[in-house]
Amino acid sequence: MSHYISITESERAEMLKAIGVADVADLFVDVPADLRFPTLDLPAALAEGEMARELRRLSSKNSDVLNYSCFLGAGAYNHFIPAAVDSLLRRSEFYTAYTPYQPEISQGTLQAIFEYQSLMCGLLQMDAANASHYDGATAMAEGAIMAINATRNRRKIVVAPSVHPQYRGVLRSYTQGLGVTITGDENPAASVADAAALVDNETAVFIVQSPDFLGVLHDLKPVAEQIHAAGALLLMVTNPIALGLFQTPGMVGADIAVMEGQPLGIPLSFGGPYVGVFSCTEKLLRRMAGRLVGVTTDLNGQLGYVLTLQTREQHIRREKATSNICTNQGLMALAATIYTSLMGKTGLRKVAELCYQRAHYAAKAIGQLDGYEVLEQGPFFHEFVVRCPRPVAEITQALHAQGIIGGYDVSKDYPHLGNAMLICVTEQNTKNDIDHLVAVLGG
Amino acid sequence: MHTYEPPIFELSSPGKIGAALPDAGVPETELPAHLLRDDDLAGLPEISETEVVRHFTRISQRNFCIDTGMYPLGSCTMKYNPKIHEDAARLPGFAFIHPLQAEETVQGALQLTYELQDILAEISGFDQVCLQPAAGAQGEFAGILVFRAYHLDRGDDQRDEVLCPNSAHGTNPATAAMVGFKVVEIATDSRGNVDLADLRAKVGPRTAGLMLTNPNTLGLFDEHVHEVAKIVHEAGGLMYGDGANFNAILGIVKPGDVGFDFMHYNLHKTFTTPHGGGGPGCGAVGCKDFLADYLPGPIVALKDGQYTRHTPAKSIGRLKAFKGNFGMFVRAYTYIRMLSAAGLRSVSEHAVLNANYLRVKLDKIYPVAYDRTCMHEVVLQGKIKGAPSVHTLDIAKRLIDFGFHPPTVYFPISVAESIMIEPTETESKRNLDAFIDAMKQIALEAVESPELLHAAPTTAPVRRLDEATAARRPILKYDQAAIAALLSK
Repeated sequence: MSHYISITESERAEMLKAIGVADVADLFVDVPADLRFPTLDLPAALAEGEMARELRRLSSKNSDVLNYSCFLGAGAYNHFIPAAVDSLLRRSEFYTAYTPYQPEISQGTLQAIFEYQSLMCGLLQMDAANASHYDGATAMAEGAIMAINATRNRRKIVVAPSVHPQYRGVLRSYTQGLGVTITGDENPAASVADAAALVDNETAVFIVQSPDFLGVLHDLKPVAEQIHAAGALLLMVTNPIALGLFQTPGMVGADIAVMEGQPLGIPLSFGGPYVGVFSCTEKLLRRMAGRLVGVTTDLNGQLGYVLTLQTREQHIRREKATSNICTNQGLMALAATIYTSLMGKTGLRKVAELCYQRAHYAAKAIGQLDGYEVLEQGPFFHEFVVRCPRPVAEITQALHAQGIIGGYDVSKDYPHLGNAMLICVTEQNTKNDIDHLVAVLGG
Repeated sequence: MHTYEPPIFELSSPGKIGAALPDAGVPETELPAHLLRDDDLAGLPEISETEVVRHFTRISQRNFCIDTGMYPLGSCTMKYNPKIHEDAARLPGFAFIHPLQAEETVQGALQLTYELQDILAEISGFDQVCLQPAAGAQGEFAGILVFRAYHLDRGDDQRDEVLCPNSAHGTNPATAAMVGFKVVEIATDSRGNVDLADLRAKVGPRTAGLMLTNPNTLGLFDEHVHEVAKIVHEAGGLMYGDGANFNAILGIVKPGDVGFDFMHYNLHKTFTTPHGGGGPGCGAVGCKDFLADYLPGPIVALKDGQYTRHTPAKSIGRLKAFKGNFGMFVRAYTYIRMLSAAGLRSVSEHAVLNANYLRVKLDKIYPVAYDRTCMHEVVLQGKIKGAPSVHTLDIAKRLIDFGFHPPTVYFPISVAESIMIEPTETESKRNLDAFIDAMKQIALEAVESPELLHAAPTTAPVRRLDEATAARRPILKYDQAAIAALLSK
């Protein structure tokens, strides 16, 4: 019997007697007899020490960003995470609790989510935010579906080609049964203005990203005016670290804003778990997909927190719900809450500045190398595209041999750019790391 | 202990910071003035690390959790979360690798993913597993999208309905609607199974598939599962298995053997990755060969000794960015490798043993919804003889005063005053007996002094909360004036 089970042989016999069966197998008589108790062909059980060794063996086969200097971003970012974040996440009170169905004994989770909602609204300058979405991509897809529902008879979605390619993939997966048209990104070289020109009186929503997938910052105020004039909604995808310095969805006048929450204190973890930050205006609040926490008082008049506006949700509305979203990304949202609280006003701005300054230093240095060209695309935050003299995969391999995880090969998604690498520089990349990268590329 | 803690914004004072950051150390580049934000981050606080740590530690103490007590929340499988899982997921080669790194630099992570795919397929009797979906609800979404793609690919474009038993979790009908299907509800028979007559009446050429949780949300193994599958298959429909209750049948029966074509696994329930206050989860999916071409991607394969990723030929597409909740894969993999076949069967045996023990000890006081051997959970009704003013909610709140997390209440919605208890295999007999005693004591109080139940809980960090006010005038972000107005009422 495993060390997780707390019942002895004699207790088990006593319990079976109380139930009125002779053997535990008798509890499964409803299962078809010929299929009962199949053999499971699994590797032999490991003791904890053996398992720990096996896990270390597997993990050591991977090149991690602690031992390599990482210039890869493209939607997942290597940022500094203060030790306090994980120390608090490892409190059992947080990670071994579930959705706060019983608010009287879930005030910790509820207050943390309320603070998350507040902090994200502050960062984005939006009216309402929730912690329910799996990642930036699913938040964007749910935002688009919300826009379709909010604009009634409009069934067209226009998306700029500079929105993350995987996000656009998820958007298409999510909407494939809903009879909507998605357009705007057929030509990967099209600009935001080209895509926005397709917005018409059939269009529910225009989706645009800033900083975009290729790192470029856009002034979206005029775009928002144009979209709203056509009666459509604006969905802005953004990056939480960039918001330490740059234009917010609220300033722009976005109706819906989403972003990947991973940069806010969540480790890369090979792609997940992350959290999709989802926000909207007051006007769209009751169409929002996902759980919301609100403030109220208890019988004694004390401040308390509860799940609220639940009549939008699947457990009550079933097939009429705004989404099938069941719960929230509680622990990941907690990480973002703690990170954002630690950084605060000053830290968030400083992290953004570090990224911006070091990325621009790197771009200038790489631009001076023979055979390399930094594409002039406009102002950028912490990512930029470098046209390379050789296929990116070859360069990445050479960099890896020198302890560097190179940038993302954009030639598959944006073939018009040729051999092009998207390089990301964060506060984790020191001047020495950058100089080393430049030396290896140049050598 | 008094643990009230103000909203974090009230700890803020100008000039404080909770992190130590370096200087840029590079020549400065000018910022593009026209693209800067204009509010100096006014909505964000300024707090020291000391204060932040104390704040979150204090609010954590206002939570009930598995590590402090029994959490018999039906349908949620709140079992013990082993500590080695947390160390495992944080190993540098797992927690600090980028999802877009070249395959040759992440062979260990891909190997773990590949092996977990295989192991889950073996446990459930399916041919191919994809780990990408991020939660059970997203696994359902994957399955119903696959059903749609399969039918359309065969030119079978008349199938616009999905059947769901009325005991189904709300995500089932919500998922079918998200894919664009009409939902048709199927009745439950007197023994808690799918009502075969109702199924026969509603199945037909418009049926894309049936979504069935088995064991179902009444805690019962459907006695006619073979027959249900036969009826649906004969009509050209497909069988979706909601794996929410898989914890009851590990090594007991393989869903793939009893007629299911597709299923999701909740790694955060059955394979005890922590629930995290509501997430993250992982809703991995498995299917029979004939549906494998439609699965979401990427899936990991082994070719010439190298682990590689691929997306199936007719894939419904990706359901999230990158690969899936890898941190959850590591935990589930660790769990399964340490228990193996005998350990997994023992999990289900004890989960079912514990639930049946509670059933026979409580069914004289709390009417059992269906009087049969149950699986890993039992559904009772909060109808106590001689206590007409007492409802399930009161019983649940009173359990808090006895030190237990209440069971799931008012679900399934097909049972009046339902109390759905899932003790899981990790509870001791001592705890089960204490829970039984508490439930008996509450039944006595319900008759003799029902006000104790109506006033409960009195020992929790807060008393019963006014949910109506919260919904009528929602305060969904920190607003000092709005909160002050609320408190002064």
